[in-house]
Amino acid sequence: MTFRKITGRNLTAIGATAIVVLLAGCSSAPAPGSSSSSAKPSGEITVYNGQHESLTQAWADEFTKESSVKVILRNGEDPELGNQLVQEASASPADVFLTENSPAISLVERAKLLAPIDAATLAQVPAGYRPKSGDWTGIAARSTVFVYNPAMLSAAQLPTSLLDLANPSWKGKWAASPSGADFQAIVSALLELKGKAATESWLSAMKQNFVAYKGNSTVMKAVNAGEIPSGVIYHYYWFGDQAGTGENSKNTKMMYFKNADPGAFVSVSGGGVLKTSKNPVAAQAFLKFITAKQGQLILQTGNSFEYPVASDVAANPALVPLTELNAPSIDPSTLNSTTVTDLMTRAGII
Amino acid sequence: MSTSRIAGTVDATAAASPNRARRGDVRSRAPKRLMAAAVIISALSSVPLIYVAVTAIVTGWPTLSALIFRNRVGELLVNTAGLVIITVPLTAVVGLAAALLVERTTLPGARVFALLLAAPLAIPAFVHSYGWVTVIPSLHGLGSGVLIGTLAYFPLVYLPCAAALRRLDPALEEAASGLGLRPTAMFLRVIFPQLRLPLLGGSLLIALHLLAEYGAFALIRFDTFTTAIIDQYRSTFNGPAANALASVLVFCCLFVLVTESGARGRARFARVGAGASRPVIRRRLRRSTPAAYGYLVVLVLLSTGVPLITVVRWLTAGGARVWGDGQIVASLAQTLGYGLTGAAITTVLALPVALLAVRYPGRLARILESVGYITSSLPGIVTALALVTVSIRYLQPLYQSSILVAVAYALMFLPRALVSLSAGLAQVPLGLEEAARSLGIHPTVAFIRVTLRFIAPTTLAGGALVFLGVINELTATLLLAPSGTRTLAIQFWSRVNEIDYAGAAPYAMLMIVLSLPVTYLLFSRSRLVETR
Repeated sequence: MTFRKITGRNLTAIGATAIVVLLAGCSSAPAPGSSSSSAKPSGEITVYNGQHESLTQAWADEFTKESSVKVILRNGEDPELGNQLVQEASASPADVFLTENSPAISLVERAKLLAPIDAATLAQVPAGYRPKSGDWTGIAARSTVFVYNPAMLSAAQLPTSLLDLANPSWKGKWAASPSGADFQAIVSALLELKGKAATESWLSAMKQNFVAYKGNSTVMKAVNAGEIPSGVIYHYYWFGDQAGTGENSKNTKMMYFKNADPGAFVSVSGGGVLKTSKNPVAAQAFLKFITAKQGQLILQTGNSFEYPVASDVAANPALVPLTELNAPSIDPSTLNSTTVTDLMTRAGII
Repeated sequence: MSTSRIAGTVDATAAASPNRARRGDVRSRAPKRLMAAAVIISALSSVPLIYVAVTAIVTGWPTLSALIFRNRVGELLVNTAGLVIITVPLTAVVGLAAALLVERTTLPGARVFALLLAAPLAIPAFVHSYGWVTVIPSLHGLGSGVLIGTLAYFPLVYLPCAAALRRLDPALEEAASGLGLRPTAMFLRVIFPQLRLPLLGGSLLIALHLLAEYGAFALIRFDTFTTAIIDQYRSTFNGPAANALASVLVFCCLFVLVTESGARGRARFARVGAGASRPVIRRRLRRSTPAAYGYLVVLVLLSTGVPLITVVRWLTAGGARVWGDGQIVASLAQTLGYGLTGAAITTVLALPVALLAVRYPGRLARILESVGYITSSLPGIVTALALVTVSIRYLQPLYQSSILVAVAYALMFLPRALVSLSAGLAQVPLGLEEAARSLGIHPTVAFIRVTLRFIAPTTLAGGALVFLGVINELTATLLLAPSGTRTLAIQFWSRVNEIDYAGAAPYAMLMIVLSLPVTYLLFSRSRLVETR
C-alpha cells in the first residue's frame, strides 16, 4: 500500500468513495470481489441447507474449526427453502443458501436476493459449474442414474433413454421420489432439453407408469428388496450404501444413460450469499471454504459420494469420472423450478 | 388434542359437580378483564381457521377450484376417506372388545392387560410405523394405513370404554337380568347404549388423528391430505396448492366434528340418586378363556411388542455408535425445554377460558371454548402454515422464534389443558375464595392463594397431557422452530429419511421413555372409580 499526501481534491474523492461504499453497504450489494477478503470472518451465520445434513455439517464443523465462525443449519428441501427465502425477502434471517440442485437457487437469484460471490471464490470454480451472473456458485455435482434389480430386469430390457419410461410397457415397473428436489431437478432438465409440451406428455405418462416413494434412499431400498424392478435416483445413494453395509443396494445395479440424454443429467448443487446477510464476511468465507481444496476434499474422501466441482479436486476413486458421463450440456442457471412444480401438480404427481 | 377427550370423559362427572355456577347466579356477570383475556385467547386460537378462509378467498374461486377439483385430490379423498371409514369402526370394535375382556370378565391377569393395552399411547404413531416397516418393508397403501392406524390408536377407544364400564350401575343389569334378558341381549340393550358416548368420543379422536398424521403414513407410502400438503410444502413452501389442500382438509375435520356431535345427540344416561357404588358384575369365561387370552396377547404383541422390540433390535444392532454422536443430550434438553414451556404457556392461556366456562357459563363462554376445540382438531401442518404466513407478513419479530412455536403448541393442545382445568375449577368451593376476600385480601391474591392451590393437581395433569403432545410433535415444529432446532422427533425423522434406522432408534426410545409417565397418569386417572 502506498501513502500519499492528502490534498483537498483527494479528500473529495475519498469522501465520494466512502459515500459509494456506504450506499453499497446499505443496499448490501458490494461489487464482486470488493468485499470482505481483508476482514476476518467472525460471529455466526445461519445456513438454509437443502443439501444432505451430514455433508453440510461436515463442512460447517471444519469451517468452524478453522475460522471460529459458528454455523447454524436450517434443514429442508431445496424448493421449500428457496420459496421460503423469496417470501421472507429482505427480512430473511438466512446468510447462506446451499442447495442440492440448481433450480431452487436460481429461483432466489431471479428474485434478486443474492449478493455477488467474491471473485476469489469464483476463481476456484470452473465456468461450467456456475452461472455467468456470479450470484451463486456450484459447490458439488450429482448424476442421474437408473437403478435396477437384475433379478427382475435383464440387461436387454434396460431403457436407452429416460423418455422410454413413458412407454406403456414400463407401467408399474419404475419408482421415483417426485416430492423431492432431486427428481424435480431431473424434470427441469427434461423441460429445458425437450420443451414444455414434451415434458407435459412425459409427466402424464409417468403418472400412469411410476410408483411414488418418499426419498431416493427409499426408492433404492425398494428396488433392492424386489418390490419394484427399477428407479430413477442420483448416483451417490448407491455408493453411500455400498460403502456402508450395502444392505439396501446389494441386489441392485446402476446404469448411466449417457448419450446426452435427459436421463444423463448432471445436477449442480449451488451455494449463494443472501444480500440481506448480517454477516456477509463470514458468509462469503464459508462459500470460499466449501469451494476451496479443503471443502472439496470432504466430497472426495467423506461418505457423501457427491462429485467435487472446484479447486481441481478429483472425485472419489469409486465414482465414474464426471467427464465420462456424457451429460447433456445445460446452463444450470436456466433450470426452472416453478414451471416444473406447476406441471407436476397438474399431472397429479404431487 | 388427542388425549384431552379421554381426560374429558374421565373428568366429566367431576365437572358436573354442584360448584359449577348456574345461569342466573348472582355471580353470572364475568369481570371485564377476565372476559377480555378469554376473548383475546380465543381470537388467537381462531387464527388458523381465519387464515384458511382468507387464503381461500384471496386465491379466488377459479384458481382454487382448479387446484381442488383435480384427479390427485380425488385420489387423496378416496385414500383419506377410506382410511377413516375403515379404521374408525375397526378401532371401536378392537378397543371395545379389549375393554369388555379386561373389565367385565374374571380373566386372570386382567389388571396387567388393562395397563398393557394403554401402552401403545406412549409410542408415537410414526414409531409404530417405523417398527412395522422394519418387520415388513413392503408395507404400503390403504391396508397398511388401516393396520398402523388401528394399532396405534385403539387405546383412544379402549380407555374411555374401560372407564365407562367400571362405572356402570350394576343395579341396571341386575334388574334386566331379573326381567329375563339373556347375556347377548343384555349387552346390546343395556350395556352398549351406555357406552355410546365414550365410543363416539374415542372414535372422533381417532378420526382426527388419522386426518392429521404425517410421519406414520409417509413411512408406508400411503398418501393422505396431510402427507400431500407436506409434499406440496416441500415443493413450494406455502404455495396455493398446499393451501387449497389444507382447506379441503379443514373441511374434512369440521365434517367429522359435526358428524360426531350429531351422532351423540341429546341422549344422556344417568342414574337418579347416587345409590351405592359397587363393583361391576364380571362374567366367568369358561371355554372361551384361551380365545380371550389369545386375543389380548396378540393385540398387545402387535401394538406394543412390534414397535418396542424393533426399537430394541435396532439399538442392539447400532451398538454404541448410535448414542455417540453427541447430539442426543442436546436434543433431549431441547425437547424437554419445548415440552415444559409449551405445557406452561398452554395452561396459562387455558386458565381464563376455563374460568369463564366454569364460573360464568353462557353462550359466549361456550363459543370461546369451542373455538379452542375446533382449532385443536386441525392438523398441525395447517396451524403451522397459518402461523408461518402470518408471522412472515405481519409479525416479523416472532418469525422463527421459540415464542411462535409455543403459540402453535398452545393452539394445538389448548383443550388438553382446558378439560383438566375446568374439572379442577368446578371442584373449588367458591365460598373459600369469597371468605378470603371478605377478610380483606385482594381478589387476585385470594385467587392465587385459594383457588390455584386447589386446582394445582388437575392443572399439572392437564400440563402433562400438553407435554405428551409436544414431545411427539413433528410437523409444526419443523416449520416454525428457530434454525438449528433438533427435537427428538426431528432427529428421529431426519435419520429415518436417510434410512438410518439404527441411528433413529435412540430418539424413538427417548420419546417412548418420556411419554410413559404421562400415559400411566392417563391410565390411572381412567381407573378412578367415582364414589359420588
